[in-house]
Amino acid sequence: MTSAAPAGSPVDGLLAVAAIVLSLLVAAWALVATLRHRAPDRVQFTGLAALEAVLLVMAVVALVALAGGERPGEPGAFAGYLVTLVCLPPLAWVLARMEPTRWGSAIVCAVCLVAPVVVVRLQQTWAVLGG
Amino acid sequence: MAEAPAAERTRTNAGPGRLLIAVYLLFAIAATSRAGLQIATKFDEAPVAYLLSALAAAIYIVAAVGLARAGAAGRRVALACCSVELAGVVGVGAFSLARPDLFPDETVWSGFGSGYGYIPLVLPVLGLLWLWRTRHAPA
Repeated sequence: MTSAAPAGSPVDGLLAVAAIVLSLLVAAWALVATLRHRAPDRVQFTGLAALEAVLLVMAVVALVALAGGERPGEPGAFAGYLVTLVCLPPLAWVLARMEPTRWGSAIVCAVCLVAPVVVVRLQQTWAVLGG
Repeated sequence: MAEAPAAERTRTNAGPGRLLIAVYLLFAIAATSRAGLQIATKFDEAPVAYLLSALAAAIYIVAAVGLARAGAAGRRVALACCSVELAGVVGVGAFSLARPDLFPDETVWSGFGSGYGYIPLVLPVLGLLWLWRTRHAPA
């Protein structure tokens, strides 16, 4: 409902910004936890869940756009990045659960630093810039 | 608080090792999907580059599994993978600068991994260091 996908890209706009900001916030929090020798806490897991929710909404918006006949610049790469993206928070969640030490927080931090990069790549594969 | 005691830190699949495995997994996913897509859609454009991407992907997967399984065999597998990986990223990096005509498209290892924040260059070094630090682990 939020981003009405102005002129094309369904992975641009408010949702993408929200995903990137949220991801970086969780990464920062997890980094502090790592430096303080803290295991992943409820804030990190809640943050991962919220991030996953935003990413799933983004994926649905993208799928709706695809169903509506819109096409990304690089369909294969776009699909690959989209699938990878929604798998990242669960991956961090599982690994962080397995490692209840500061290194679990480090894993959450690493994954949450990768997610924004994937969001940006997703946007690039929709609108191929200088192709 | 929840810190593992020093004795437990010598397994390759716990503590910092788990972070290493996580990063290896991320690179395994990235390299596999990239190689798969390139080979499936435009293999003729740069067969050497794409086959190298696939090789890199396989090595990342095997290295992650080796680290995750710990034990003597896992360590040997991880050691072999990290060595090949280091040789690969340095070799391909140098080669892609010397003979760019052979690499019309990027691989994970082109330009010493510059397209991936040089992490492909740092990762095998960290892996080898980690294997060295945990070398007294019970097999």
